[in-house]
Order: sequence, then structure tokens, then C-alpha cells
Amino acid sequence: MGKTIAEKIFDAHLRDEPFPGAKVLNLDRVLCHEITTPVAIADLEVRGKDRVFDPSKIKAVVDHVTPSKDSKTALQAKMLRDWARRHAIKDFFDVGHNGVCHALFPEKGYIRPGFTVIMGDSHTCTHGAFGAFAAGVGTTDLEVGILKGVCAFREPATIRINLNGQLPAQVYAKDAILYVIGQIGVNGATDRVIEFRGPIVESMSMESRMTLCNMAIEAGGTSGICLPDMTTVDYLWPFIQSDYANKEAALADYKKWWSDADAKYEKVLDFDLSRLEPMITYNYKPDCVKPVRELAGAKVDQIYIGTCTNGRIEDLREAAAILKGKQISENVRGIVSPATPKIYQEALKEGIIEIFMAAGFCVTNPTCGACLGMSNGVLAEGEVCASTSNRNFQGRMGKGGMVHLMSPATAAATAITGVITDPRDI
Amino acid sequence: MKKVFGGAALFLDRSDINTDEIIPAKYLTEVTKEALKPYCLEDLKLDGFDPKGEKLKAARVVISRANFGCGSSREHAPWVFEVNDIHTIIAESYARIFRQNMFNGGMLAIELPKADLDRIFALQSAGTVSIAVDLPQQKVMASAGGKSETLHFEISQFDKALVEAGGWVEFADARY
Ligand code: SF4
Repeated sequence: MGKTIAEKIFDAHLRDEPFPGAKVLNLDRVLCHEITTPVAIADLEVRGKDRVFDPSKIKAVVDHVTPSKDSKTALQAKMLRDWARRHAIKDFFDVGHNGVCHALFPEKGYIRPGFTVIMGDSHTCTHGAFGAFAAGVGTTDLEVGILKGVCAFREPATIRINLNGQLPAQVYAKDAILYVIGQIGVNGATDRVIEFRGPIVESMSMESRMTLCNMAIEAGGTSGICLPDMTTVDYLWPFIQSDYANKEAALADYKKWWSDADAKYEKVLDFDLSRLEPMITYNYKPDCVKPVRELAGAKVDQIYIGTCTNGRIEDLREAAAILKGKQISENVRGIVSPATPKIYQEALKEGIIEIFMAAGFCVTNPTCGACLGMSNGVLAEGEVCASTSNRNFQGRMGKGGMVHLMSPATAAATAITGVITDPRDI
Repeated sequence: MKKVFGGAALFLDRSDINTDEIIPAKYLTEVTKEALKPYCLEDLKLDGFDPKGEKLKAARVVISRANFGCGSSREHAPWVFEVNDIHTIIAESYARIFRQNMFNGGMLAIELPKADLDRIFALQSAGTVSIAVDLPQQKVMASAGGKSETLHFEISQFDKALVEAGGWVEFADARY
């Protein structure tokens, strides 16, 4: 019987099975940020176990609130900073070098096919785009990961989702994943890995695959996952070129992770997206999804473009193409946050930052910022935000605020008119 | 650190209660569990529920529906229950990370089929519902005003071991 990519990764990393079905895996990466890690550090200190299993496998960033906004967030950053220094964790990214974790770590080449990755952050599933098993965990799992380099999982079944056809113009990975979540529901993949397959996925850039995998958790998924192919090799090449004779050799090696043709899936879902429209969420759950045109004309107060879902260079290009030479409505505030310093610099070079600023956007430093209602654009009670982020829970971007999730193109179109607008109607 | 399971029940009759509702992100700047205490379920909007009310203060068990604890990975969600002396959640199903976080902290996230849950919900008409948990026998006893229901629950050996060890740090440290 064949195996799925997730099963192959589990087999290759199995350290222990203390009870039937409970698999303890060796970890290749333990990723840390300043919100969930300081509590783990403090607990390790209290237990007299302030140690790390392998400083080269731990990567850390201050990203959620940065630069710190008050003494509490300053303390969180300081705890992470001091800890990274104390344990010689050299891949620690602080002010000036920091960016949103799920954009920054892949960009540094830290995530490779076949890896096991955990982080105290639910959107860790993003890294599955590289053919890794990447799961968000709580602080206790993170703590044990830091100390011992292991994490326990019930081996998840895999749901294979084939995205067939070809995405129409102005329709993007974000629209595709919103559509899928709308179809399977917020609970549709709980305790499952979602393996994204099909021609649409194969033709996607790594950035788009990350957008896709990023929102697997919004359907309850443990990890999204894509098979590593030449697009993956091309992306990783600067980091792996000394390991392989050429790109073909790298690809041949990565193919060992591919799901076998006779692998067993719990479910295989086929979606033909050739006629998909730009999608948007309404209400307070990410599976409340409909075509943008059905919500067209609804008033918004703020536009937020950025985050680990859609703050990458292709997202900024997509928005800038619509904003070029235009002004945003005087009824809205526009905020754009390039997800990493590298993305920011690329956007500067390409003239994208200029387009945003000329249109009337505020450009912030790379940070999670308003995505989780902590800084840089928190909503007032009763306000509505058109956002490229991934979560529309009540109060997510500020108490009493409402969030509509959408693609960068839809967000840009909405910025221009001040009301929800399909990018094809601009 | 033996935890007490069972006691007065608080009913949250809705599916998909998310971690932002359990503990809003703005309190994630706290670096101690105790500091979270006053903010439990602060953003939950549900008929008949008041996050500042007596029912929550008295509660030792939360009873809810499907996909409880969905959303972010924040362990602050189980912690805010823990520091409010709620060490048991009973629901139809959980988001994976929340459920794991409960057991990792040595707490109980009990799953019951919908029909069994409905029987516990129905007891509310008889008065204040109290829950007793028998972990070795894997039984939940719910009682109110002279009526009671005894229900069996499934739990993996691993999850049981985590609760008995006091949590995953203790378990892993002893073993790896
Ligand atoms: S950008 Fe938003 S969803 Fe992504 S890691 Fe930051 S807070 Fe979480």
C-alpha cells in the first residue's frame, strides 16, 4: 500500500510511539515568536530546565508587535531576545531585520521538503507549501520542542483536494482557498492534513502555495501540504545549491517525499475553479464565503493589505497594479504592511511603495500589526475592515470590529471606491 | 499538581466557539497565566451568558458543542480556564490544537456524541447541573435536581497518561 507525503514524513521522523496511535516525532525546526514563546521560556526557567535541544534548529523572530508598543510588549520582545542570546540561537530576527514569521522563515530558506516544523502559532501550516509537515502548537508543545526536539501527534488522515482547471484573470490563490473553506467548513479538515494537488496548484508560485496552505487551519487542518516540484527547487536554489549537482538532482531527491500513486486518502475532493469569481467572507466565520459581487457596495472603514496570508511581493504587485495612478476613497484609511524587510525593499525597487503612497496608503514596517488587533490599525467599535488576512472572528482586529477577508486585488479595488468592489469592476 | 475535575457546569450552547472569544488577542501581552483570570470568555456574545456573571465564577466545567476552541494556537485559552478553576471541558468535538493544549496542561477535554451531550443539556431544566468525572472508569455523571445521567466517554491511553503525569512537559521530560 502506498503512502501519502505526510505519512512518509511521519515514518522518517518517528522517535517513539508511547501508546498506539500517539506518534512522537523528531523535529527539524522549532520556530518561535514573542507572543507564545516567553511563557514557555519562563516555565522552563521555573522548572530549572532553561536549555534548548539544538540552537541551529530553533529560529526566532519578534513579529507580532514590533517595534514594541508598550512596556508589556517590550518585555515579551526582551525575554525572547535575552533567551536567544543566552542560548546562541543565531537565527534571531529583531527590529530592522524582522518580519511576519510565516513569510520570513521560508524566505530565509529554513523550510525544506520532508521537514517537520512546529511553532506556537496556528498558521504554521503555511510552511507545508514546501512539502513539509508543519503544524501550529500551543506553548506546552513548543516548550517540549525547545527542550527535547520532539512533538507528539495523532497521525492525521489526509484529505486530498484537487484544484482543477485554471484560475481566471483577477482570481487568485486567496479566492481559491476561501472558496474551498466555504465548501468544507471551519471543521471540515480538523485533525486532517490537506494535500493540495491539481494543475492549479502545480502552476502556482511558492507565494501562492503559501497563501493556500496558510488557511488550512481555517478549515481545522493540522497542516496544508504541496508536493515539492521544480518551483520549490527554484525557490530554494540559493540555499541548496551546494548540496546538489544541479536542480534536476535536487528535484529527484525531493521526489522521494511525493505521495505514492496508490496512497490512501480519507477523501479526495475535486474542485474545478475555471469559473471561480473573486471571493469574500461575510459574518464572523471564515467559511461564510460568497462572491465579492454579492457583497458589492457594502461600506468599509479601513483597508489592510499584508499579513502571513497576503503580505508577500506578488500580493503587493497584485494590489499595486490596480492602485497605479489612482487615489483611494476619502472615506477609507489604507494600510499596507510588507511582510518582511526583503519584500519591502523589493517593493521599493519596483516602485510599488510609491504607488501605494501616491494612492494615499500608510506603509508600515513589517509586522503582524492589526491582523490580530494588537497594533498599527486596530479598529474602533462598529468599524469594518477589508483585509487580506486570514481570520474574521468577531473582534479579531479590535473589539466590536468586523473583518471581511479577500485577495489583495479585491482589497485594492475596495480601497479605491470605499465600498466592497470586485477587482474586475474597476 | 493534581487537578480537580468536575463541579458546577457552565453551558455554552453554540458550535465553533473560538479562541479569540475565549481570550482576546489583546491580553496575549501577559506573560503569566494568573494575569489572564479576569478576561475569561470576555468577547463571547451568547444569549444568557455574561462574562462578568456569577455563573462563570461558580463554574468548574464548561459544556459546549462542536469544534470548541477553533482558531489560534494560543494556550492562553486553556490557561484562562485553568486559572478560573475550570479543568474540564465537555464538547462534541474540538479543534486539534486546543484539545492537545488541554491534555498537555494535564486538563481534560472530553468528547461526547451529540445525543449524550443533548441529555446533559436537557438536565438544565431540572436545576443547576453538576458534573462528576471518573477518569479511570471513563464516565461522566451529570446531575441536577434529583435527576442524573451517567455517560461513558472515550479517551486515548496517551491522553490519559498525560493527565495522570500532570502534563506533557512532565511526561516528555521523564521519557526523552
Ligand atoms: S500575520 Fe496575523 S495570522 Fe499571520 S502570524 Fe501574524 S497575527 Fe498570526
